[in-house]
Amino acid sequence: MEKELRLMKGNEAFAEAVIRAGADGYFGYPITPQSEVMEYLMAEKPEERTGMIVLQAESEVASINMLYGGAGCGKRVLTSSSSPGISLMQEGISYLAGAELPCLIMNAARGGPGLGTIQPGQADYFQSVKGGGHGDYRIIVIAPASVQEMYDSAKIGFDLAFKYRTPVLVLTDGATGQMMEKVYIGEQHPRLTEEEIKEKYPWATTGKSGGRERNIITSLDLDPYRHEKHNIKLQEKYKTIEENEVVYEEINIEDADFAIVAYGTTSRICQKTMQLAHEKGIKLGIFRLISLWPFPKKEIRELSKKVKGILCVEMSAGQMVEDVRLNSVDGAHIQHYGRMGGVIPSPTEIFDFFEKNYIKD
Amino acid sequence: MDGTITKEAIFKPENIVYKKTSLMTDNILSYCPGCGHGTAHRLIMEVIDEMGLESETIGIAPVGCSVLAYEFMNVDMQQAAHGRAPAHATAIKRLMPHKTVFAYQGDGDLAAIGTAETIHACNRGENFTTFFINNGIYGMTGGQMAPTTLPGMKSSTSPYGRDLKSMGHPIKMTELVAQLPGTYYVTRQAVHTPAAVRKAKKAIRKAIEIQQMNVGLSFVEIVSNCNSGWKMAPVQSNHWMEENMFPFYPLGDIKVDGKLVEK
Repeated sequence: MEKELRLMKGNEAFAEAVIRAGADGYFGYPITPQSEVMEYLMAEKPEERTGMIVLQAESEVASINMLYGGAGCGKRVLTSSSSPGISLMQEGISYLAGAELPCLIMNAARGGPGLGTIQPGQADYFQSVKGGGHGDYRIIVIAPASVQEMYDSAKIGFDLAFKYRTPVLVLTDGATGQMMEKVYIGEQHPRLTEEEIKEKYPWATTGKSGGRERNIITSLDLDPYRHEKHNIKLQEKYKTIEENEVVYEEINIEDADFAIVAYGTTSRICQKTMQLAHEKGIKLGIFRLISLWPFPKKEIRELSKKVKGILCVEMSAGQMVEDVRLNSVDGAHIQHYGRMGGVIPSPTEIFDFFEKNYIKD
Repeated sequence: MDGTITKEAIFKPENIVYKKTSLMTDNILSYCPGCGHGTAHRLIMEVIDEMGLESETIGIAPVGCSVLAYEFMNVDMQQAAHGRAPAHATAIKRLMPHKTVFAYQGDGDLAAIGTAETIHACNRGENFTTFFINNGIYGMTGGQMAPTTLPGMKSSTSPYGRDLKSMGHPIKMTELVAQLPGTYYVTRQAVHTPAAVRKAKKAIRKAIEIQQMNVGLSFVEIVSNCNSGWKMAPVQSNHWMEENMFPFYPLGDIKVDGKLVEK
């Protein structure tokens, strides 16, 4: 069958993709630059297409707790927001992680801190990968760099969420959310029936039919020793995820003398920077993070041994660069180049910085 | 036979006049002796049991004294973040409209930190039932002033009594949500006497029946005592509740069949 090709915004592609991934419910609150997600869903009437419900909640706080309610019933639920709204959700994400509930969250990040700006930003890296809420937890963070990857992230995200019973965050930014590109639309995956949910997710609170014991969804345990055991179980799960779910892309890394490490929008911009370097005969490659957590620890270590220098490019004051340094060999030449406050760096300014700091010394 | 009546002689099916519903677990209640929570739990579970909804019910426990409600209510339960039970209930009911869904919340949970979720769930006319236990104090954390603490009432954070000028007025949340078009049945009950318990149970049943009609949110406030938080003996606290809480929070139906009750 020939695949359907459309020209779409990243936000719209994500919205179409969640319907087709068999999502049961979307709960969200408007915020720039991702309001197209809920607008698209409301216009599409997914309830008529698949039975998926869409609800505009009273706040991001309510939205994330609606996800808890829905996920606790074994439903495929999601929300989307942008940086300030995602900050509001951190408490709920901690609860979801603690109660081991699967859900999908999309952050079309903008420049911060505070209300910041509505222009793109990558300054939510720390919040995303280090656990923005309280307690010892991690969530899977994937970073699409194109409209097609925005689309693909919906199904990948839901599958990972249910595989590990964990929230999954799709961390993009205003640029990839707003830009239009061609996107291949995949098939419609059916929503699970209640019977299928009961069979696949016996932990879900679906009503205790069939003579089973009651199911309880909670993140609370007042017995510290039992609660420590729960924490150990969570940590073991995170270790399994780190061992199995690292995703990255290497572009011209094989014979590179230098490497740029970047993710999302900046990794696209850096492809032009790489061309500028190649034109000057400099062997510059790109190591693109796709999973931000789990972080490609071993691969970055190998990269730091192999190349003469690594340049980390982010739309932030330097957040991802800390993880790159932490996982690189001692003495590796690692610098950061970034713009903040919603400013998108140009390929030439990145190249100028690179040339000045890596080539001319 | 020496004429002594044995336990076995009494415990016969034909002699049983009351039996604990199987929808209350055998776990020992974590509530203080004298507290109304246990009775409220039991009434809700009895109604669910009598209506045959055991396998179709999902309850939400709040943060507060009843955070462990899921240890006692023998149905599928979720434990919500502080104040967010209406958000959970909204999603569950929307995703599974044929289930019976209830949120069980205290006054701090429902009327302070969760005010927005409460008002908007009521205003959207979500088809679930809210049970609101109002004892005018934060019991779990040791007796701090609640949004419903009475004027002049002492608590650990209003040690000289609630000063309306600096601490604001107690909020009548139940009257407030009755004003919203999305609520269909709003009532205020108590569980401190056998007569009050019977009335409260009828109200709980009515609230669940209304949920099955899909006509809007049903909201049952239960004014309760907190003998520990109020620093009184249980009987004394019930008298105090009658004398002080009921004049401010009068018992009875506030909205029936979607219409405000004329006073």
